[in-house]
Amino acid sequence: MDFPDDILYTKEHEWVRIENGKARIGITDYAQKELGDIVFVELPEVGSEVTAMEPLGVVESVKTVSDIYSPVSGKVLEINDELESIPELVNSSPYEKGWMIVVKMNDKEELKELLSAEMYTKYVEEEIQ
Amino acid sequence: MGFPKLKRTSLYEAHKSLKAKMINFNGWEMPLQYSGILDEHRAVRSSVGIFDVSHMGEIIIKGRDAFNLLQFLITNDVSKLKDNGCQYSVMCYPDGGIVDDLIIYRFSSEEFMLCVNASNTEKDYQWILGNLDTAKLKASVTNVSVDNISDTISQISIQGKSAEAVLQKISDIDLSVIRHYCFKKCNIDSAESIVSRTGYTGEDGFEIYSKDNVVGIWDRLLEKGKEYSIKPVGLGARDTLRLEMKYPLYGNDINEKTTPLEADLGWVVKFDKGDFIGKDVLKKQSETGATQKLVGFEIIDKGIPRPHYPIFKEKERIGEVTSGTLSPSLGRGIGIGYVKTEVSTVGEEIDIEIRGGYQKAKIVSTPFYKGRG
Repeated sequence: MDFPDDILYTKEHEWVRIENGKARIGITDYAQKELGDIVFVELPEVGSEVTAMEPLGVVESVKTVSDIYSPVSGKVLEINDELESIPELVNSSPYEKGWMIVVKMNDKEELKELLSAEMYTKYVEEEIQ
Repeated sequence: MGFPKLKRTSLYEAHKSLKAKMINFNGWEMPLQYSGILDEHRAVRSSVGIFDVSHMGEIIIKGRDAFNLLQFLITNDVSKLKDNGCQYSVMCYPDGGIVDDLIIYRFSSEEFMLCVNASNTEKDYQWILGNLDTAKLKASVTNVSVDNISDTISQISIQGKSAEAVLQKISDIDLSVIRHYCFKKCNIDSAESIVSRTGYTGEDGFEIYSKDNVVGIWDRLLEKGKEYSIKPVGLGARDTLRLEMKYPLYGNDINEKTTPLEADLGWVVKFDKGDFIGKDVLKKQSETGATQKLVGFEIIDKGIPRPHYPIFKEKERIGEVTSGTLSPSLGRGIGIGYVKTEVSTVGEEIDIEIRGGYQKAKIVSTPFYKGRG
């Protein structure tokens, strides 16, 4: 599994990448593998507000429905429209083409609650056992 | 103290070496998927796949009165079944609720095998034993033995248009002589087996029952099937394949509270064959009409129906989804569920409540997957 070290992680298996002060959000390689074939992604509308550790949308695999938790609070600036027609991008490219939303953060302090790649790797290894 | 240990099939190690994702399915540790549900689904629809279904139960009913016992226990007419024939049926409680759905295999007029759902095997076996006295009284059943042989039998299903070509390579008889819903005893990879042309996918295919050499059969099918791009298929794709055909799944779509008439299984209930358990209630229901019916629907726009999502018609709740998925073949959300009979006709527009919002859906003719035609 691939956990790049330029991004931060949640224990709910989302990631966030800080780009010019904005937060780009998606789900991790571990999450997409666990879910299996992703067939539907429901995202918030541009302009809506998301709250840290509250659901921002859902991702559905063939078998299951899972909430996506927002790693940070703020206003949604962009959503990945492509996922509506090609949800499998979350499987094939979880950190690049499979990104979900970009958020203008309200409080950068929230980032301190998130895990580094090293911490997340360890967390996932423990979860597997 | 400890959790009950999950049961494993003879193919457990084979699944592990194929890197299957395993799940607890009603107390059995079974493969959910290998390469992925969509990939496995497509393999079966386009060529061929194999399934380990050894968790299914097998019960042998034998003796001079075996036929009479079966006629009394199940709703279909066993007199229509010939030697080497299979028949789909349900077994009901006196109130018409379903004990299980099953396939009957007739070896002779005095020997039958029932293939039953894994989760129901023990319940079915006890139900049959518990009704022997009643059967003696009401159907003159005296000479019969009932054996649950599930622990000694493994079952592999091979499904898809290339199934016959692959299985033929390790079979000692000409499989083309086995017609739909018929079976033969033969050797598969030198192991004594029962091979029936049956399945749970809507494709042509076979189910192989064997006591010995199950791992050998599995490995040889994967090896011989390479030229047909054979894939091992887990319970995930087994579910999407059966749902595209609207084949009911016990526990989801049918249970002890639903009758076969409500479940759209009236075709396996034969009132003109003599007495059977549940007949009185079912006869009455067939005369007055069932108040709910199991229908298939497609989501018109977007969204995927899931079990227990409420179904509405003009804001009135008319039922509940029992199974739903994204149909890999149609690329749309499909589902089945019970709705009030007066709003159960094909073409009826309904709403499925998904996460608090209504999604438009339409009752459609089934199977959803019309396939090869």
